[in-house]
Amino acid sequence: MRIVAVCGVGVGTSAILKTNAERALDRLGLTADVSASGLADIAAAAADAQVILTSTELADEVRRAIGRSYAEIVEVVNYFDVEEIGEKLEASIG
Amino acid sequence: MTSIPPLPDTAVVLGARADDWRAAVREVGRALTRSGATRSEYADRMIGVIEEFGAYVVIAPGLALAHARPGSDVRREGLAVVTLADAVPFGHPHNDPVRVVIGLAVSNAEDHVASVAQLANAFNDTGIVGRLARATTPDEVRGLLGVDAAPAGTAAGA
Repeated sequence: MRIVAVCGVGVGTSAILKTNAERALDRLGLTADVSASGLADIAAAAADAQVILTSTELADEVRRAIGRSYAEIVEVVNYFDVEEIGEKLEASIG
Repeated sequence: MTSIPPLPDTAVVLGARADDWRAAVREVGRALTRSGATRSEYADRMIGVIEEFGAYVVIAPGLALAHARPGSDVRREGLAVVTLADAVPFGHPHNDPVRVVIGLAVSNAEDHVASVAQLANAFNDTGIVGRLARATTPDEVRGLLGVDAAPAGTAAGA
């Protein structure tokens, strides 16, 4: 299972999303390889990912950037809300 | 092991007044420049990120993490915190208005992801944005974020 956390630049917010996604997966007892990426690299990063985590603000851009992909896009409102991230991941993976 | 960049007093502005989000980001850009982390052009690049991608940098209710890609205007990794006297909308559908702007400058993307991840640990508690917004001293801000005033291995205030 591969999950990619995406932000515009790939150096700031995606790192926070990655950390809290890992924390949420832990709590759910799930394991996955979570990486962080910027929009510019998302097409390559998402090629073999099952789930793409991003901000509600960026979801449309991410959809455009990845084109045809089997990855599901999960939109996160509050990057610090591990419960929100966990619920959304569970709904997407489970 | 990377650690979060230090947060010297020069990089903290409490109760700043900003008319709009650009002014708020400029304020945090000035704080980064004052602390020696960036050249003044970095503020324009942080604004450029929001113009290009939208307000996704507002990553939690009331909190913006302003940043840009590594570049020649970044002298070294740096962190700055600006709290706003009056909250300012950034244009985020859920997390507006913003009371706290964290500015982040990175010299190298790889090293950096690890240190930002540590910052995320500080925000495990959703009450932290409100507490940061109400902080009255740089020490209080550092305590909330779990960062030091000076780089590890140097005397504080040096």
